[in-house]
Amino acid sequence: MIDEETAAVFREELRDLVDSLERGLLDLKAAPADMALVNQVFRDLHTVKGSGAMFGYAELAGFIHRFETAFDRVRAGEVPVTADLIRLALAARDEIPRLVEGQADTEGRRAAILDGLAALRPEGAEAAAGGADAVAADTDRAGADAVGPMALEFRLLGPALGLGARPEAVLAELRDIGAVDIVADLAEVPPLDQLDPDQCMIVWRALVPAGISEAQVEEAFIFVDAEWKLTRLPVADGGGFDFGLEPAEAAAPAQDAGEAAAVAAPVVAAQAGPQAGVQAAPMAAHSAATIRVSAERLDALMDAVGELVIVEARLTELARQSRDAALMTTAEQITRLAAGLRDATMTMRMVPMRSLVGRFRRLVTELSDRLAKPVTFAVLGEDTELDKTVIEKLADPLVHVLRNALDHGMETPAHRQDSGKPATGVIELSAEHAGAEVLIRVRDDGRGMDPAKIRAKAVAQGLVAHDAVLTEAQIFGLVFEPGFSTATEVTDLSGRGVGMDVVRRTIESLRGAIEIDSKLGQGTTVTLRLPLTLAIIEGLLVEVGGEKYTLPMAAVHEIVALPQDRAEPKRTGDFLDIRGRFVPFLRLRSLFGCAGAAPAEQNVVIVSAGEQRVGIVVDRIVGTNQTVIKQMSKLHAGVRAVSGATILGDGSVALILDVGHLIGLGRTMPVGPVAVAGTGFAEVAA
Amino acid sequence: MTKTILTVDDSPSIRRMIAMTLTDAGYRVIEAVDGQDGLAKATAAPVDAIITDQNMPNLDGLGFIRALRQHPLGRGVPVIVLSTDDEDGLKAQAREAGALGWMVKPFTQDKLLAVMKKVLG
Repeated sequence: MIDEETAAVFREELRDLVDSLERGLLDLKAAPADMALVNQVFRDLHTVKGSGAMFGYAELAGFIHRFETAFDRVRAGEVPVTADLIRLALAARDEIPRLVEGQADTEGRRAAILDGLAALRPEGAEAAAGGADAVAADTDRAGADAVGPMALEFRLLGPALGLGARPEAVLAELRDIGAVDIVADLAEVPPLDQLDPDQCMIVWRALVPAGISEAQVEEAFIFVDAEWKLTRLPVADGGGFDFGLEPAEAAAPAQDAGEAAAVAAPVVAAQAGPQAGVQAAPMAAHSAATIRVSAERLDALMDAVGELVIVEARLTELARQSRDAALMTTAEQITRLAAGLRDATMTMRMVPMRSLVGRFRRLVTELSDRLAKPVTFAVLGEDTELDKTVIEKLADPLVHVLRNALDHGMETPAHRQDSGKPATGVIELSAEHAGAEVLIRVRDDGRGMDPAKIRAKAVAQGLVAHDAVLTEAQIFGLVFEPGFSTATEVTDLSGRGVGMDVVRRTIESLRGAIEIDSKLGQGTTVTLRLPLTLAIIEGLLVEVGGEKYTLPMAAVHEIVALPQDRAEPKRTGDFLDIRGRFVPFLRLRSLFGCAGAAPAEQNVVIVSAGEQRVGIVVDRIVGTNQTVIKQMSKLHAGVRAVSGATILGDGSVALILDVGHLIGLGRTMPVGPVAVAGTGFAEVAA
Repeated sequence: MTKTILTVDDSPSIRRMIAMTLTDAGYRVIEAVDGQDGLAKATAAPVDAIITDQNMPNLDGLGFIRALRQHPLGRGVPVIVLSTDDEDGLKAQAREAGALGWMVKPFTQDKLLAVMKKVLG
C-alpha cells in the first residue's frame, strides 16, 4: 500500500537522517562525554529503525536495531565512547544506504560491524536479541493466559471527556469481546449545576465471559484513561502500553494550565539539541515550514525564468521601438515582475555550505587518524549560501584541497613541536560573502610552501624558463599547471601530480578563481572565489568592432573615456593613470583582431577582481542588461577569454567576456609574453 | 459526516503515509509540519482528532498538546502521540499534558486505522 512516491520521500528523508547521524557521531568523537550528543545519535538511530520498518525495509530495521542496542549501552553509561566505537558506528552508518538499496552483504561487513559492536560491550550475552521482535514492539499480547469468567468494574479518570475519550467506544469493544450485563452506576454523578463536563462520574460494571484474557480487556481501554478492575483474578491497573498510571496519580487534576505552560518552554529549548562542533547555529530556526522540491524541477523553473528574461528583454526592445505608451508601461511591469521572479527563483536554488561540510568533517577525521597528524578542523560560515550547482561541483575540489592540506601541508606532531608549534594542527574551512562572490578558504597552519622549491621543480619539469621573472603569486600559481607535483614520494592520498590542475579547471568552469597564499613555516591558505549564481547575472553590454559583448556587472569598477593621447598603442605599454594609480589596459579591438578604424571616442571599462584592476578598451557602452548565461559548446572549450554567451533582446548573441582571464592578460603585460602563450590570443599589443 | 484528522509530524514520509491511509479509509486529513504549524491549524477550524509526533522542531508534541488544551477549539479533541520513544516517563508527561493515548512507531496501517476507529468511532 506504500506507493513509490512515498518510498522516494522516505529515502530522501533517510539521507538527511544519515547525514545527521554522521554529524552526531563525528561531534561525539570530539566530545565523547557529551550525553546530549549520545542522545541525539540514539534518536536518529531510533527514527531510522522505526521509519525503516514502516516503509518495508525490514533488514535495515533489524540491523539498526542491533546497532541501537549497542548504543543503548553507551546511553546507559555501560560502554564508553571510544574511537573504535565511532569507527564501527560510522561503518554501520555506511551500511544504511546499501541496505536501502537492497545490496547484498557478500563480504560479511554487517556481521563484522555488529560483532565489533557486541565485543565493545562488557556483557555481550544477549547481543543478538533479534531485531524483528523489538521492531514490531507493540501490544499484540492479546490471547495470552485466558481464564475463567470475571467481573469488571471501571470508571474514566480525570478530565477524560475533556481529552476526547469516548466511553461508548469502550462499551462497544467490551460487547465485541462478549461482555454482558453492562450496568451504569450513576451514584456518584453530581447534580447538574455541579457537573464538570470534562469528567465522567459514571461507574460501569460488566461480566466478562470465560476465555477472555486480561490483555483483551486491556485492549478496550487503550485510548481511554480509565481505572478498571477485574475481580476474581487479582490484577493490576492498565499499565504497559498506555499511560499506566496509578489511580491516585491520575486523579490529580492534570489541567493545571499555568504549570503545563511553564513546563513547555524547557522542552522546546531542549529540542534545539546539540549543534555540531565549532559554530553553534540554532537549528530549530532553520526547519520552519519547508517543502522539498526535486532539483530537476528547480532547474526547469530556472530555465523557464531564463527564457522569460530573454523574452522580456525582447518585449522591452519592441515596446521602445513602437513608442506606444501603453505597451511600454506593460513592458515595464513585466520587467519588474520578471526581475522579482528571477530573484525568488535564484534564492530557491541557494543551498547552505552546511550540506557539504558533513562529509569534510569525516574526511578530515579519518585522514588525520590515518596519517597520525592530529588536527582540529574548524568550520566557519556554514550557513553561507551558494547556488546548488556550485555546491555540487565544489565537493571534489574541496576534498582535494583539504587532502593536500593534511597530507602535504601539515607536519607530523614531532616536526611541529620541533618548530615550536602545538602538536595538534589547525585546518580551517571558511565561507563568506563578498559582493557578488563567495570566498571559500581552506587555511592550515602547516609547513607552508617554499617558492624556491616550487620554482626549481617547475623549471625541472619544463613548465617555466629558468630565467623567467616571476612574482611569488605566479610561482604559487604554477602548482595548478598540469603535471606539477612537489611531493617527493607518491602517496595513495595525493602527490600523483594530477589534481590541482583539475581543481583549477573545475573552479574556472564555475566562473570562479583559485588563489594560493603561503608563508613558509606558517601555513597555506587556498582561496576559492565563486560567483553567487551561475544562471543569470547583471551584465554591462559593450560593443567592439560591430559585435556586442557582455561584462559581468559585479566585476565592473568604473568606466572612463580613453584619453586622446592614448588612442594609439605606445611602445612603453598601455597604462592609464587613474587617480594616481597605474592601471594597465587591453585593447579588445587588437586582441580580437577587429577590422576597420576605432571610433573617435573610445571608452575604458575598469574591471576588478580582488585588488587587481585592468582596463578594457571598447568602442561603445550599450547599457546594462539581464544576462542569462548559456554555456559555450565543447568546440569552444579552448577559448579562454570568453566564459559563455547570452541572447539579447533583438535575438542576437553576445559573448560574455571572462574577466578573470582578461585581468590575467592585463597583469602579465609588463612581464612579457611568457604567461600569455597558449591562451588562444597570443598577440597582445605591447 | 466526514471526520477530519490533523496529522502533525516533521517527517514528510510519515505524514504522507498517515494521510494516505486515513484518506483511503474515508477520513479528511490535514497535515502540519511541526507543533507550531499544528497549533495554528488545530485552532483555525475544529478537527475531530489529532495524531502528533513528539520530537519536532519549533514546538514538540508535548508543547503542542499543552498549548492546544488551552484553546477553546482544542479542549475536547482526542490527541494521540505517535513516537519512536517508548519510555514510560515520557508517556506519563504526555498524559499530563493532555494526550489521550500513545502509539509507538513503527506502526502498521491496519493498526493506525484500528486506533482511529477506536478514537473516533
